[in-house]
Amino acid sequence: MYKYDQYDQQMVDTRVAEFRDQVRRRIDGHLTEDQFRPLRLQNGLYLQLHAYMLRVAIPYGTLNSQQMTMLGDIADKYDRGYGHFTTRQNIQYNWIKLEETPDLLADLASVEMHAIQTSGNCIRNISSDQFAGAAADELVDPRPYAELLRQWSSFHPEFLTLPRKFKFAVIASETDRAAMKLHDIGIKMVRNAAGEVGAQFYVGGGMGRTPMIAPMIREFVPLDQLITYSEACLRVYNRYGRRDNKYKARIKILVHELGAQEYTRQVEEEFAHLLDQGIEPPIAELERIKEHFADPAFEADAPDDLDLSDPDFRLWAQRNCHAHKQPGYISATVSLKPVGGIPGDASADQIRLMAQLAKQYSFDELRVTHVQNIVFPHVRKADLYEVWKTLDDAGLGTANLDTVGDIIACPGLDYCSLANARSIPLAQKISERFGSAEKQSELGELKLKISGCINACGHHHAGHIGILGVDRKGVENYQLLLGGSEGADTSLGQITGPGFDEDGIVDAVDKATKVYLANKHGEERFLDTYRRIGMAPFKEALYD
Amino acid sequence: MKILTGNDLKSGAVVWWDGSEWSKFVNSAEDVGDNGDAIIAREEGARRVFSAYIIDGERDADGVRPAHIKERIRALGPTVRPDLTLKPGDPDAGNWVI
Repeated sequence: MYKYDQYDQQMVDTRVAEFRDQVRRRIDGHLTEDQFRPLRLQNGLYLQLHAYMLRVAIPYGTLNSQQMTMLGDIADKYDRGYGHFTTRQNIQYNWIKLEETPDLLADLASVEMHAIQTSGNCIRNISSDQFAGAAADELVDPRPYAELLRQWSSFHPEFLTLPRKFKFAVIASETDRAAMKLHDIGIKMVRNAAGEVGAQFYVGGGMGRTPMIAPMIREFVPLDQLITYSEACLRVYNRYGRRDNKYKARIKILVHELGAQEYTRQVEEEFAHLLDQGIEPPIAELERIKEHFADPAFEADAPDDLDLSDPDFRLWAQRNCHAHKQPGYISATVSLKPVGGIPGDASADQIRLMAQLAKQYSFDELRVTHVQNIVFPHVRKADLYEVWKTLDDAGLGTANLDTVGDIIACPGLDYCSLANARSIPLAQKISERFGSAEKQSELGELKLKISGCINACGHHHAGHIGILGVDRKGVENYQLLLGGSEGADTSLGQITGPGFDEDGIVDAVDKATKVYLANKHGEERFLDTYRRIGMAPFKEALYD
Repeated sequence: MKILTGNDLKSGAVVWWDGSEWSKFVNSAEDVGDNGDAIIAREEGARRVFSAYIIDGERDADGVRPAHIKERIRALGPTVRPDLTLKPGDPDAGNWVI
């Protein structure tokens, strides 16, 4: 994985020192809150419902064991013994003290981490496929391109005050595991007819109050023009994005209002102009970055079979593991969704345990997924049983990946100052109602996503079943959506009708799954059946 | 009643104006009547609190109850982690917010 050079480290260390001084000046009264607020937000420090919250960047979700151990230690030292992994492949701490934040950031910097650009109207943490560099189905490892974009976008002076926040995702396989088309810019690494690798650009996607699927605006951008084309996309947005209205300021609104064709024309015009400016980093820089992502030293003759005689292990191995490009290896996902648990939360001890397992069994690497789970990308199949046993003993062996229990839920009104309703209690009730192995097996792949407000941090638009919490005269109310997907077949869920109260929405999910089971053909997933039979049978069951 | 809430500058903790200082217990909150804005200006100026604002609430037999669920969750703590609330010994404390 990428290692900081002296410039990276110096930039991060300098930023910590700068923020330490800003905190001192805030506490001694030289800065007002109005003056300080943008400064703390630029360093990832929010004010949430109960306290300051710090969001730490995990570039494209990749961590080593030293970094993961530090995240666990920070949870103990500065928070209340746990952290929350997010849908941006980041981690958040909910109980941070302002006066301790500089020391916390210094600890992060000591393991090449920071919280810069995890807030504000800038280019945020770049996300990617959690199986990057390991998946059997990928064209190339997308992370070097994500890293190049990260370096370009970090402290980019032109793009630190965009009309609104800006999110990239980079993938390199047909199976989209990063919700690529629901980003401001989604990049898919592809090969052209000449056999060259390049980038396919999708621009103007997003969730939030106006969900949109990004249209493809260019089939192929050569690797030696990747940054220049990205710059052109951002420049057009920066120039014409709606700064007059926060709710219309995302690039998706600009692309929609201009039309994809006109937006593309303007980007191409800007791109042609920029090509003469020499802003593209030399291809040697990309090659330098790629060296950091070389394959680990896989054993060429690692045994390629698994002993599945333990039924609990068999279930976990079948549900939570993904095919690896190297025979004898597998990628294993640790579900942070135990039945009745809080999606994405992990205790300090659990975080450190996962770090230790990664060091011992996964070439020192972990990934955070946008579904709020953790991945060991490179596990020898011969070690998998030992890994699972250790996880299971620590309450981390839940076998529910991509099933109804593997719920995305935003922090909701239990933690978030923007939320209108609680998300986590719903996730807990639903996982308790449907969390048995038998029920999950019966329902198969079913992606359920819950947001506590229209900002859609819980990706409710993209759930096979989505739930949106709203405030109805001071009372929590929940809308049900069906038919969303954030995979290669991206679609946006449709609202079924009037909302439900907290218990009613759990019953509504039950009714929807019963409609699916009564109508499914063969091996159809919930989503397939919904797409075939449409909304009407579900509405009939829900409201008649 | 009108009550004042905000956050402690150094810790970020939720606090309530009790008439003379800031308390972490909502039951200590005092009705500030029409004086809320003046108190906020004075207290924020002295950096004893930040992000302060006035909310509606009522006092009943159990104490002070903010009108909106968001403020009740702020007053208690996360309903999904009773151990992190101000009533860690009461597993049903979360019912108060609903």
